[in-house]
Amino acid sequence: MKKEIVKKHPLAIRWFHWVNFPVLGVMIWSGLLIYWANDVYKIGFGSTALLKFFPDSFYKALHIPYRLSEGMAYHFLFMWLFFLNGIAYVLYTILSGEWRLLLPNRHSFKEAWQVLLHDLHIRKTKPSQGKYNAAQRIAYSAIIIMGIGSILTGLAIYKPVQLGWLCALFGGYKMARIIHFALTIGYVLFFLIHIIQVILAGWNNFQAMITGFEVKKTEDEQPVLPVVETTGEPVNRTEEPLK
Amino acid sequence: MKNFFRDLFTKNSKLNTDQLIIKKTVISFFFFFVFAGAAVWGWVWLRDQPSSSGRTSAPLRKVLNTNEAIFSNILSDRHLAKTYPLSLAANPARVNGNLGLKSQFDPATWVMNVIRSKGDTLKIRLEDIKQLPKTEIVFNFKCIEGWNQITHWGGVKFSDFMKAYGLNEEAAMKYLGLSTPDKQYYVGIDMPSAMHPQTLLCYELNGQPLPLDQGYPLRLIIPVKYGVKSLKRIGFMYFDNKRTPDYWADVKGYDYFTGL
Repeated sequence: MKKEIVKKHPLAIRWFHWVNFPVLGVMIWSGLLIYWANDVYKIGFGSTALLKFFPDSFYKALHIPYRLSEGMAYHFLFMWLFFLNGIAYVLYTILSGEWRLLLPNRHSFKEAWQVLLHDLHIRKTKPSQGKYNAAQRIAYSAIIIMGIGSILTGLAIYKPVQLGWLCALFGGYKMARIIHFALTIGYVLFFLIHIIQVILAGWNNFQAMITGFEVKKTEDEQPVLPVVETTGEPVNRTEEPLK
Repeated sequence: MKNFFRDLFTKNSKLNTDQLIIKKTVISFFFFFVFAGAAVWGWVWLRDQPSSSGRTSAPLRKVLNTNEAIFSNILSDRHLAKTYPLSLAANPARVNGNLGLKSQFDPATWVMNVIRSKGDTLKIRLEDIKQLPKTEIVFNFKCIEGWNQITHWGGVKFSDFMKAYGLNEEAAMKYLGLSTPDKQYYVGIDMPSAMHPQTLLCYELNGQPLPLDQGYPLRLIIPVKYGVKSLKRIGFMYFDNKRTPDYWADVKGYDYFTGL
């Protein structure tokens, strides 16, 4: 067995990733403290609510009620960290050229479907990929758009008079709030899928977000002798096609 | 084990791949946990700060004040709140809160006490206020709780009132203070926001005199702030260069400015 160190994530990306994780966590928590004070959103038809955001048991379990002022104070502190870290990440990906590995290309949407089928064990072969597969490219780019959306809708809600034009751009104060909320639900769903995928991908992939490299294992090189069969043709014993 | 520590301090070029993997992994995880620990320490520190006012500790209060300074520098507070056609105004308007309205109150004897900076007090009746030019506004009222409602109000521009009563010295001060007649509810407002052209001393809702639960005889309507600043049933008005007391900031831990 031969081991090889393969560089994967630059230090800057690891830094942004791990700063964002707790900061976004605090933003979602403080956002909940704020949302509780007027928790009117639900999914359903007419007066029947299929899904109420959120049930009382949920608030109770997380000690959410009657903490609006605390929520606002934390939200308006951590918004700066979320914003600055996000800006730094976007600037870094642009300046380092890392964006080439992240942005979806014209094949990505077709390939993402194949990735999904493969992940669900419907399709056997894995589509080829660079650093990220097509589904990852789409997800990791979408999350940036979502982040920008959160900042802009957040600003629109925060200063709806002074930034009236921004508020109007999102369809008014009420709509800006709904978008701001929906994006947060989006982060939670992203997080859940992300965690599942990281667990499935295994330790080597996970630890690369801390160390920056993956360990690539290859079988020891041994002279491969062509096995002569009755046809006299050399047979390829590796999975790779012969070149 | 001895080799392990020796390898950590050996140059990369002198290690084989296995040793190098271990060395890099250990160093990375070490720093990862150092920073994670620092983050947890910072969080615990922030959570443990004593509350200086209401539920908000000194560092968080500082952030709220800094935010206001940043945003009022970047943005101009001269912007007007969007106005709407009369037909969109809610009727009846939502009633939210009765702070300062619970005490015995006789509307017939009501006057607004304007405490001037020299110390003398003007006593102003509703009829006096109604003599001044009337201004109406239909705007989207926003509550700090998160709801909003388009509502129609009528009254006197605060800036017109100040001019009419010759309160120029007072208007040059930094803060306005208002309280209910029983002094149980009080708000502080920065003077630029109070002098904003849409700030009203309001005596009408939907073209009718204010209902008691909406602050009859006279209330404030200040569209550039959350509703918490729009104090109902004004009993006292005063001025200061220091921040005037504010129920929500001093007792409940909210931002003092709550500017929109």
